[in-house]
Amino acid sequence: MLEKALRGNKYYWMWLGFLGTFMAIGAICYVRQYNYGLGMTGMSRDVSWGLYISQFTYLVGVAAGGVMLVLPYYIHNYKEFGRITILGEFLAIASLVMCLMFIIVDLGQPIRAFNVMLHPTPHSMLFWDMLVLNGYLFLNLLCGWVILTAEHKEVPPPKWIYPFVYISIPFAISIHTVTAMLYCGLPGRHFWLSAIIAPRFLASAFAAGPSLIVVAALILKRISKFDAGKKAIDKMVTIILYAALTNAFFVCLEFFVAYYSNVPAHKAALNYLFFGITEHGVTYNNLVPFMYGFVILGVIAIALLSIPYTRKKNEFFLGLGCVLMFISLWLDKGVGFVLGGFVPNPLEQITEYYPTPNEIMITIAVWCTGFFILSILYKIAVKVEEDIHG
Amino acid sequence: MDKKRRDFLKIAGISTLAGLGGPAVVDRLVNGTSPVGANAAREYDPDAQGETHKAGAGEHGEAAEGAKTRKRWGIVIDLRKFREDPELAEKAIKVCNYNHNVPHFTNKRHEVKWIWLTEFENAFPEHSQYHKDTKTLETEVLVLCNHCDSPPCVRACPTKATFKSPDGIVGMDYHRCIGCRFCMAACPYGSRSFNWRDPRAGLDMKKINRKFPTRMRGVVEKCNMCVERVGIGLQPACVEVCSESKAMIFGDLNDPNSEIRQVLKNNFTIQRKPSMGTHPSVFYIV
Repeated sequence: MLEKALRGNKYYWMWLGFLGTFMAIGAICYVRQYNYGLGMTGMSRDVSWGLYISQFTYLVGVAAGGVMLVLPYYIHNYKEFGRITILGEFLAIASLVMCLMFIIVDLGQPIRAFNVMLHPTPHSMLFWDMLVLNGYLFLNLLCGWVILTAEHKEVPPPKWIYPFVYISIPFAISIHTVTAMLYCGLPGRHFWLSAIIAPRFLASAFAAGPSLIVVAALILKRISKFDAGKKAIDKMVTIILYAALTNAFFVCLEFFVAYYSNVPAHKAALNYLFFGITEHGVTYNNLVPFMYGFVILGVIAIALLSIPYTRKKNEFFLGLGCVLMFISLWLDKGVGFVLGGFVPNPLEQITEYYPTPNEIMITIAVWCTGFFILSILYKIAVKVEEDIHG
Repeated sequence: MDKKRRDFLKIAGISTLAGLGGPAVVDRLVNGTSPVGANAAREYDPDAQGETHKAGAGEHGEAAEGAKTRKRWGIVIDLRKFREDPELAEKAIKVCNYNHNVPHFTNKRHEVKWIWLTEFENAFPEHSQYHKDTKTLETEVLVLCNHCDSPPCVRACPTKATFKSPDGIVGMDYHRCIGCRFCMAACPYGSRSFNWRDPRAGLDMKKINRKFPTRMRGVVEKCNMCVERVGIGLQPACVEVCSESKAMIFGDLNDPNSEIRQVLKNNFTIQRKPSMGTHPSVFYIV
């Protein structure tokens, strides 16, 4: 089926060329970073994880979000999702590849990455994260490919694939739970030390992943004969809305716990993220605009997705709502959550983090690689559909 | 449909069985020890009875008292002495940096620190009171790795590149570290540094200590309580340099007759962030 990715119109090739250009620039930037060391990034002793790990965290969520299609279709037999389930599985593959790339570019000694398997350490959450991420990648590759091949041959999927499909559901939950455990099990990082991190991650994941799938489905409808169906999209928007509201509720709970208890350490990171901290006459607030963006875009997105006119009558507003939702949650988890957790540092000093251009280019390149893979996979899926129904 | 449901139930059943084995796993996760580590400890100290180790690890080393146990190295830092002689701290930092080839970078983003001075309120954020006495306010505190009895960094490390030795020292294997910096996020004392660039660029290569390796870029490092000196019966370099004033006292916390235990018995000491449950091996007399 791979050959289906090799035939496309000039827009398809222009799009891949556009992504490829950024991938090439990013590759050069990575060589620079590899030769000099991670000192080429804006990270420091105090903010020791930066854009790379925050993107990783967000994309684990996007990968897990696909389960919101798999679960209704396979467990509840919700037939409307039949066509787009494959979009969720392929999105998971592309997201997980991005996750693994972000981990690799963040390592100080990337060639030693296999030490994690050479010296397995069950008490490290990173070890478990490695296992579940690779496991989920494998499951999605297997299920996605086998089911699409069956569809291609116009036969029902083989029976042996179903156990793997069912296992992939708890795996989706586990990837984001274990990723949350990287953070919420650390003493002395009060912002992360919260039992609500894993559920909050899952809630925002189940809004972010499906948002991207809706956008992709709307685009595919315009540029190909692949139509997800109005009912399927409407159901997904319902899922997105509930998940986004749950996430907002969890964020409010974090605020309540911090400000009502009035424990300074619990308030510190929230203060820094949303209002800025002034110390010794200097104001540190470089993440405040991002957090305002998270709240404002989130409110607009929820409005666009819940007002009947913008949700059902106008596909532009529907798409816009989903894009804004994706960006809003990215600002929350892909920027604020990881970076905010390092401020103030364990000695209650404040160091702000500014990514360097080299670092930003590598980050963009990894995103482009993900979208490159996603485009190719979606191209194949769409072509298979078109061959059958077109 | 029925068949699919049966498949699902089978899987659910198997997962439940797996879940029943969970508590044992959780116990191991929390203690941060692996059977391999426990065995190593047993081999290390042939006199000890297997049972005492178990108690020693969990209870801050005190439950094992009385029985013949392994050593646990610790340091008491007497801030009164450092107030009397303000140059003392600088001396300790200097000798450490020389001994371990700790690089110096002017760019703050690249800095590497093993032992350094910080304000009292930064070293002890949990000891905040409205009006501090002037002495405390003026005190700068030497901070270093606490060599915790329950080290979060060791728990976090995915390759065992950072590990707790049987003598209580938390060490680093620079050749195994993959540079993921999970330990830096895990340390509640900010005691760990990363080699953001080649550390030799921050050293005068003509004046380095040839007895201790320089590191490579991309690995984490920190105070090693001079394991290379302690192993041959010497005191840590920072302790030795203040030996005249007795501003720092080094010794075996598990030996009730050691000097450090006498000092701990006769003075009111505090530790950094005791609420974290890490059980540091470094104590402070204010």
